[in-house]
Amino acid sequence: MKPAPFEYFCPDSLDEAVVLLAGRAAEAKLLAGGQSLVPLLNFRLLQPAALIDINRLSELAFLAEDRGGLRIGALTRHHALETSPAVAALFPVLSEAMAHVAHLAVRNRGTIGGSLAHADPAAELPMVATLLDAEIRTRSAAGPHTHDARDFFTGPLSTVLADDEIVTEVFLPALPPRTGSAFAEFSLRRGDFAIAAVAATVTVADGRITAARLAVAGADERPLRLDEVEASLAGQCFDADLVETAARLAGESVNPFTDLRASADYRRHLVAVLARRVLTEAHARIAVGAA
Amino acid sequence: MSKHRTIKATVNGIAYERSVEPRLLLSDFLRQTLGLTGTHVGCEHGVCGACTVLIDGDSARACLYFAVQADGRHIETVEGLGTIDDLSPLQQEFREHHALQCGFCTPGMLMTCVDLLKKYPLASDAEIRDGLSGNLCRCTGYEHIVRAVRAAAARRGRKDDG
Ligand SMILES: Cc1cc2nc3c(=O)[nH]c(=O)nc-3n(C[C@H](O)[C@H](O)[C@H](O)COP(=O)(O)OP(=O)(O)OC[C@H]3O[C@@H](n4cnc5c(N)ncnc54)[C@H](O)[C@@H]3O)c2cc1C
Ligand code: FES
Ligand code: FES
Repeated sequence: MKPAPFEYFCPDSLDEAVVLLAGRAAEAKLLAGGQSLVPLLNFRLLQPAALIDINRLSELAFLAEDRGGLRIGALTRHHALETSPAVAALFPVLSEAMAHVAHLAVRNRGTIGGSLAHADPAAELPMVATLLDAEIRTRSAAGPHTHDARDFFTGPLSTVLADDEIVTEVFLPALPPRTGSAFAEFSLRRGDFAIAAVAATVTVADGRITAARLAVAGADERPLRLDEVEASLAGQCFDADLVETAARLAGESVNPFTDLRASADYRRHLVAVLARRVLTEAHARIAVGAA
Repeated sequence: MSKHRTIKATVNGIAYERSVEPRLLLSDFLRQTLGLTGTHVGCEHGVCGACTVLIDGDSARACLYFAVQADGRHIETVEGLGTIDDLSPLQQEFREHHALQCGFCTPGMLMTCVDLLKKYPLASDAEIRDGLSGNLCRCTGYEHIVRAVRAAAARRGRKDDG
C-alpha cells in the first residue's frame, strides 16, 4: 500500500504556509506529525493533490506560560507535552492523559495541532481540550481566528476548521485555585485508542464544590462535556453518595456506539466507573495540595 | 505533477544524496533506494513497529514518514547498531535472553528500545511492557524480550553504555 502521487511543499514560515494553503485549500492537506494522515494516504483513503509539510515551522513549536495558563504551539509533539514540567505543574491532568497517547515512536512525531484537527472521537487531546475550555487559535488568509474547544469538534474526524485554516496554538486558561483534576482510561493495551476515557476537575471553597467539570472520550461521536452531571455537583458538599449519583448520571447521559471492541452498554458502564474514579481522585488531590 | 526532489540525508553516519519522488516512504527509501534491508515493513500504517528507526535521535515509524522529509536529517537504522562480530550491548542482551525467534520484529524492537532506554527509567516490568506496546511480535510471547530489556536497563545503570 503506497500513497498516490502528490506535489510536496515545505514552507519555512507560517506566512508562507498560509499563502500556499489558501491557493489550493480544496486539494491540499497539511502534514504535521503524519501519524494519522500518512496511514490514510498509504491506504489511499485520501489522495490529496498536494501536501504542505509544516514540520519546519519552528515558530509553531513552543510552550509558554501565560497568566497562569499555557500557550501550546500547534507543532508541539506529544512527547514534549508528556515530559514538560510546566504542563505537569499547571495541568497535571494533561500530563496524565499524555501517557495514554499511542507509543513513544508515535508520540515523538504526533502533534497537538494534528490531533485536534484529526478529531478522533476516542483521542485524549481533544477530550482534555474540551475539559479545560481550551481556545484553539488558527490562521488563514482571512486572518487569525479563535475557536472554543467545546464548539470545535462536530463529529468523527470532523471539526469546524475551514479548508484553508491552520491551527497555530492552543491556549489553556488557568485553573481556579483549590482545583483538583484526574484522568482515567480503559483500553485493551497501553497506547491503544480508548474504549472510554473520562477526566474531571473539581474546585472547592468553604467545604462546597463551587465548580466541577467532566469530559468523556470514546463514548460518542465527539468528545463531550457532561453538563447535567456538572450541574448536579455544583454547590454540593462532596461525599461518596454524591459521587455515586453523579457517576450513575454520567453513564446514563452518554449515547455510545457498539463496535468490534465494545458494546454500547459496556461503554456506558465504563463511563460510570471511570467517572466515579476521576471525581474521587480529583477531589482527593485538592485536599492534598491545599493541606 | 509529483516531480522528484533531491535530498541529502545522513544514514548511519554516511551522507547520501538521492533524487526521490515525494510519495516515497522512508521505509522504502532505506530498503530499496539504499539497499538497507534491516528495517522491516509489516503493516505500513504505524501499528506493528517493525519499521521503527531513529530520526535525529528519536524513534519514529519509517512507514509514516516521507523520504523528502529526511532532507538534512540524521537517520539511524539497525545496521548502525552493531555488527555480527561486534554486537551492541542491547543486541547482546537480546541474544543472551533469546529475545528473538524469526527476527522479523527485532530491528524495530531494538530501535524502539534504544530510545526507551534513553528516555525512561524502565524500573519495572510493567513500564517495560508499556514501552514495548507499540511493537508486535508473533513469535516470542514477549517474555524474553522483556527480560532482555530489563537486563539492558540494569546494565545502563552500571555504566553508561545502554
Ligand atoms: C499506532 C498508533 C497509535 C495511536 N494511538 C493514539 C492514541 O492512543 N490516542 C491518540 O490520541 N492518538 C493516537 N494516535 C494518533 C496520533 O496521536 C496522531 O499523532 C494524531 O492523531 C495526529 O497528529 P499528527 O501531528 O500526527 O497529524 P497528521 O497526521 O500530520 O495530520 C492529521 C490531520 O490534521 C491536519 N492537521 C495537522 N496539523 C494541522 C494544523 N496545525 N492545522 C490544521 N490542520 C492540521 C492534517 O491535514 C490531517 O488532516 C495513534 C497513531 C498511531 C499510528
Ligand atoms: S510497517 Fe511501519 S509500523 Fe508497521
Ligand atoms: S521474533 Fe518473530 S515476530 Fe518477533
